Amino acid sequence: MSSAIRFILNTEELSLGDFGPTETLLDYLRLKRRLTGTKEGCAEGDCGACTVLVGRLSERGLIYESVNACIRLLGSLHGTHIVTVEHLAAKDGILHPVQQAMVDCHGSQCGFCTPGFVMSLYGLWLSNEQPSRQDIESALQGNLCRCTGYEPIVKAAEQVAESRPSALFDPLERDRTEIMGKLFSMQSATDTIVVEKDGARSIVPASVEAFAEVFSQNPDATVVAGATDVGLWVTKQLRLLDPVIFINHLSELKSITIEDGGVSIGAGVSYADAQGVMDAVVPAIGRLIDRIGGSQVRNMGTIGGNIANGSPIGDTPPPLIALGAELTLRSHSGRRTMPLENYFIAYGKQDRQPGEFVEKIVVPRPAEDSHFAVYKISKRRDEDISALCGAFYLMLDAEGLVEEIRIAFGGMAAIPKRATHVEDMLIGQPWSWGVVSAVRDAFDADFQPLTDWRATAEYRSLTAKNLLTRFFLETAGAPSELHRFELEEA
Amino acid sequence: MMDNTSFPMKPVIDGPMHVSLKHDSAHKHVTGQAEYIDDIPEPAGTLHGGLGLADRAHAQIVSIDLEAVKAAPGVVWVMTADDIPGANDVGSTGRHDEPLLATDLVQFHGQPIFAVFAETRDQARRAALLAKIEYSDLPHWSDIAGARDNGAPFVTEPMTLKRGEPEAEIGKPPLRVQASMEIGGQEHFYLESHIAFAIPGEDDDVIVWSSTQHPSEVQHMVAHVLGVPNHAIEVRTRRMGGGFGGKETQGNQFAALAAVAAKKLNRAVKFRPDRDEDMSMTGKRHDFRVDYDIAFDEDGRIHAVDATYAARCGFSADLSGPVTDRALFHADSSYFYPHVHLTSQPLKTHTVSNTAFRGFGGPQGMLGAERMIEEIAYAVGKDPLEVRKLNFYGQPGSGRTTTPYHQQVEDCVIARIVDELEQSSDYQARRQAILEFNEQSPVIRKGIALTPVKFGISFTLTAYNQAGALVHVYNDGSIHLNHGGTEMGQGLYTKVAQVVADAFQVDIDRVKITATTTGKVPNTSATAASSGSDLNGMAAYDACRQIKERLVDFACRQWKVEKSEVEFLPNRIRIGGDTVPFDTFVKAAYYDRVQLSAAGFYKTPKIHWDRAAGKGHPFYYFAYGACVSEVSIDTLTGEYMMDRTDILHDVGKSLNPAIDIGQIEGAFVQGMGWLTTEELWWDAKGRLRTHAPSTYKIPLASDRPKIFNVQLAEWSENAEPTVGRSKAVGEPPFMLAISVLEAISMAVASVADYAACPRLDAPATPERVLMAVERMKALG
Repeated sequence: MSSAIRFILNTEELSLGDFGPTETLLDYLRLKRRLTGTKEGCAEGDCGACTVLVGRLSERGLIYESVNACIRLLGSLHGTHIVTVEHLAAKDGILHPVQQAMVDCHGSQCGFCTPGFVMSLYGLWLSNEQPSRQDIESALQGNLCRCTGYEPIVKAAEQVAESRPSALFDPLERDRTEIMGKLFSMQSATDTIVVEKDGARSIVPASVEAFAEVFSQNPDATVVAGATDVGLWVTKQLRLLDPVIFINHLSELKSITIEDGGVSIGAGVSYADAQGVMDAVVPAIGRLIDRIGGSQVRNMGTIGGNIANGSPIGDTPPPLIALGAELTLRSHSGRRTMPLENYFIAYGKQDRQPGEFVEKIVVPRPAEDSHFAVYKISKRRDEDISALCGAFYLMLDAEGLVEEIRIAFGGMAAIPKRATHVEDMLIGQPWSWGVVSAVRDAFDADFQPLTDWRATAEYRSLTAKNLLTRFFLETAGAPSELHRFELEEA
Repeated sequence: MMDNTSFPMKPVIDGPMHVSLKHDSAHKHVTGQAEYIDDIPEPAGTLHGGLGLADRAHAQIVSIDLEAVKAAPGVVWVMTADDIPGANDVGSTGRHDEPLLATDLVQFHGQPIFAVFAETRDQARRAALLAKIEYSDLPHWSDIAGARDNGAPFVTEPMTLKRGEPEAEIGKPPLRVQASMEIGGQEHFYLESHIAFAIPGEDDDVIVWSSTQHPSEVQHMVAHVLGVPNHAIEVRTRRMGGGFGGKETQGNQFAALAAVAAKKLNRAVKFRPDRDEDMSMTGKRHDFRVDYDIAFDEDGRIHAVDATYAARCGFSADLSGPVTDRALFHADSSYFYPHVHLTSQPLKTHTVSNTAFRGFGGPQGMLGAERMIEEIAYAVGKDPLEVRKLNFYGQPGSGRTTTPYHQQVEDCVIARIVDELEQSSDYQARRQAILEFNEQSPVIRKGIALTPVKFGISFTLTAYNQAGALVHVYNDGSIHLNHGGTEMGQGLYTKVAQVVADAFQVDIDRVKITATTTGKVPNTSATAASSGSDLNGMAAYDACRQIKERLVDFACRQWKVEKSEVEFLPNRIRIGGDTVPFDTFVKAAYYDRVQLSAAGFYKTPKIHWDRAAGKGHPFYYFAYGACVSEVSIDTLTGEYMMDRTDILHDVGKSLNPAIDIGQIEGAFVQGMGWLTTEELWWDAKGRLRTHAPSTYKIPLASDRPKIFNVQLAEWSENAEPTVGRSKAVGEPPFMLAISVLEAISMAVASVADYAACPRLDAPATPERVLMAVERMKALG
């Protein structure tokens, strides 16, 4: 067993064995390393001022992803390369092209959000040579700027792509081979790492097997993959967590495979990793993922975590339930599989035993002639939490009667929940405006939503009904949803 | 004589006035090297503050038990109101209505009760949670309706503006509308939260680094709380990570807490609230309710307006007086009201005391006016733009130039701006296309609106319209620039440096821009009211003028020439037939014992204001602009998209077009956020539940208009002799966003075939839009 994690910070190879399980990367950078270019804006992963890149080895080689340092816990950094804004400019002070474009386009005003924007733009620059406006806006969904109105920042992103020189200075391109080698050697250790400070433990299991075992021994442990939820327990509620088991590095949980029947998504698959596959298999879910958090959250957060935490406003359960997804739970003593909808029992209560963890979700491929849609309704279109999220799966028989329909909503009840009354009224009926408009009010039997700061109960109820109308119109070939960019532009 | 053999003869300097120059810190911003207060290296032993906040909206404090706080790891000191050496008061108005720490009475959820100082910030925050406080609840109200229902007092004296015979005219035919509009508040959401960092010195001295727009007020407040003379306190501000008005008065408390602890413990103390604390315990834009009664004719021409502007002020006065005043000053927008009666109601609520925010009441007043135009337009069946044009202020001599506060509008360019924008944006054709689209589209509807801006420039408190600057020319020809204005991203430092470079005709890289400090320029005004460049630019110019005069005198003496033969050319001085490099010339002046330093001063001319009479000339001039926005809405969900925005804005003769365009774009998007997705939501306990970016939604890149065209009115020059004939730019463009709300409103109105005014209140969240659609459907 090892007692230190290893990672690379900019150019420095480090071994860290003296940190608590709730210490954040941002505090480490700012307080311990005095790398103060990375800023704290909100400490909850919503403003992007703390954006850094984290490089990791994946099936696609060494990839760099933007993440929020404020809610990234140190224990999740084993075997990674952390890149901060200080790493970009050349030693002689010459700016990186991304930085120069921000200067040229007047992309900074107060400057506090700027390092975070630079890092998000840098992440985009590394991964996409010719980003569209949509790609740029998507890459910037997790960065708030209160001064510029964003126009000059978007222009900077376009300028740097247009003027992309062939032989340019870039520290990550320069060091890529060397970094890969170092990360590979860090990751090839087969020991479980346990870092202890003041009695509190960070556990980094070497394998899923080891994870199952250590979790069975510590059933009260907090399991952290992306920390996009747990991070806030730490920064906002000041919760002391001990021990914490970090699983985001476990490649076995990161597999996403297209099978005959559908897609198998490992619990450690991030939203970003899932997006491409879902785009191909269930495009509606791919588009939904674009509206979950910002890039930083999508790079860290996992679909497994979104399900495991049992939130009534998680965005992935409604569409996955509507598609009839199955969940596999695993523990030291074995596995069991259940329909995803059965996992959610009541608010804060899931069908998960101590020591059990989500291993994978299998999402069936929608039948050839089926209709499927998912609609997220939020105050702000991007990087917001749903007021409600509705998913609709419909299969008509040869006569045009409803053979199969599953409607699932988030934000309408204490758990992600199906609209069974509405479904029952539709089964066997013609899929016609007359029928659909007659069953709308049955939503009131299925859901009695709450009023909160995201929406009133009245709005939630009315909009749920209207989303059924929207779904009907779409199946009738009359799309009614607003899209900032035409779908074919995507 | 001097050696003037060879040096580069540049035709123009780098960085004069009226050119686009990058922000002076741009390079440091993008590399992360720009230093904010939390980035300053901490002296050994620096302590960190945490706060104990009330979790009641209105209550008597029965008991406070802080033993567990004191015993918590790392805690060095726990401070209550009893520990304050001077006054327990950080109110900016002199009313003593804003305690630094609550003693026996809690007046809003999140009010500070005690502070804890510990070795680390984390320890301070954790310790603060351990207090046991007993309360005895009192009745509370959080909003304007609650305040009215409970007969709430005013936090400050209301104001009335009156002209003509409104009582007689308001009821006269042919047409009259009486209705009201609710307008939500707004969180500043500066990306850098409040922060103060106090370093104790000898005697009574403390140096406080504060993220503030108003270093002098922080200085005076810290002295007041410590019970020491102002001279003991030095406040420094190099840059803020955004301000927007939120750091005009709200930084006082953090600075005072840090300074008290620093003196008590003789250690450096940093105070940085968490974002949630910052949002819960600092003031915001005022919510308003406007009750209006308007009389007009069938053409849509306004005869009389009677309106009341009620504001949610929070528990204390803070800046609510001038904010509600400014709402009334802008209740006319760009329109002439022949008969008018306007009153403000600054209502006390059990919420955090609301404060300055870009526009300072002006946006709420102006939004009310644009709603009235909408009402008239729907009542007479015209495009609101036609009604606007009909009611614009006229040119001098038209008999339509008097404001409700009896100032004459003498520089009105709104008609020209609106006409040009109407043409350049192809407004008429696009509106026609939208009307046709809406007839064919059952679910998605579009709207377009063109709205004007006229914004009065000057602090309405006349005394604030003064500024100082300190300019040193060192004997190597380098220049040190200091002034009372603060840099919060708006590019003020850059603009003032351009003024200085231009005055001396030297390249701008000779000019060192230094942190604002109360030790160099005293008794400054807040960098607010869009006045930063107007005031500080002129003060710096005045300092340069003094030094230049001495230099000219020196040249005349030394070269035996007349003044007319001395000319400041780019990086050189022409003296008679000689040309001397600037630095050589300066060194010679130094050896001749010429004073190369000057304190500059400026006070705005012409302005005066009699608040009791409601008459005067409160504004030096007006800034103008106009905006067309086009949107699409989904009538099933209330969701919307910003399709296109075109802006034509008047900044006079721009000091720096790039910076001004940045201000316009940023202000527009911020204003759009105010009117769309930014919603403050208090629960039944009076607790703000939208206290972080996870719950409070400011615009993202993907919210800005998909097509976004911004132009300056390049022909414009300020009619008044402002610095470089420029105009203020910080606040006026914020109100360009009113076009967005009205465009959404038009899309909603289409549901009932434009037969009724949708009365869409702000913020127009998807929910409010959908509910407005439902109201329209019920009519149809």
